Amino acid sequence: MAVCVAVIAKENYPLYIRSIPTENELKFHYMVHTSLDVVDEKISAMGKALVDQRELYLGLLYPTEDYKVYGYVTNSKVKFVMVVDSSNTALRDNEIRSMFRKLHNSYTDVMCNPFYNPGDHIQSRAFDSMVTSMMIQVC
Amino acid sequence: MADPALFEFLHTEMVAELWAHHSDPGPGGQKMSLCVLEGMGFRVGQALGERLPQETLAFREELDILKFLCKDLWVAVFQKQMDSLRTNHQGTYVLQDNSFPLLIRMASGLQYLEEAPKFLAFTCGLLRGALCILGIKSLVTASVASLPTCKFQVVIQKT
Repeated sequence: MAVCVAVIAKENYPLYIRSIPTENELKFHYMVHTSLDVVDEKISAMGKALVDQRELYLGLLYPTEDYKVYGYVTNSKVKFVMVVDSSNTALRDNEIRSMFRKLHNSYTDVMCNPFYNPGDHIQSRAFDSMVTSMMIQVC
Repeated sequence: MADPALFEFLHTEMVAELWAHHSDPGPGGQKMSLCVLEGMGFRVGQALGERLPQETLAFREELDILKFLCKDLWVAVFQKQMDSLRTNHQGTYVLQDNSFPLLIRMASGLQYLEEAPKFLAFTCGLLRGALCILGIKSLVTASVASLPTCKFQVVIQKT
């Protein structure tokens, strides 16, 4: 279960950012911002290495004491960043991958929506509800 | 299968509709209509450029992206691949289609040569939109020497 989900445009500004414990939102915004550097590093590292397979899933970007940050980049250079609670050790790589796949599918649906102009903030309720379903239930 | 026919009919109507309401029959009005068609193609190209490469791995270089356009995009929209792709390795690519589906019903030869450009505007926008969403700023123009063969020239804008 994610604690914070962010969709970042090609030009590195957020298209959508949402975190669950709404008091400390700024901390998550900052974490996502710093993770962009790591994402860029991974993308350029992949470009230099003569690897045949270039995956979209970037894996664990960096761990902090409370949280782990995962990244995913699409072919259109839109980045998805997900912050996950470290205490939730039951989350495996496959689950994170499937969460990113769902995010990618929903983002593609948003792109195909004729009322959405590429580059705007994402205001789609369908996207919102999909992200809510992925987030942790804090009560 | 009826699906390609649906798109062809829709496209024909789009062109006819934009040309019918010509308040300014001079070259200015025609340019507007071409721009509108190209703009429509651009937005569709952006959506397709996001959806089609979803399952594929990340593209490594420009040529990969052009190959994707010639194969996957063309097959998705026109049910056939592009017939030839040439490049001068300096940012210009020429994509040639020997039997372009939007022109094939019109004529085969030199008849209707002047009418052909307006049927290519949407497709130029489609290519430009897909390239834009994949990170390449480009200028796409089309030329017809004899129906139904047409060439799309893609010039990459170096920033």
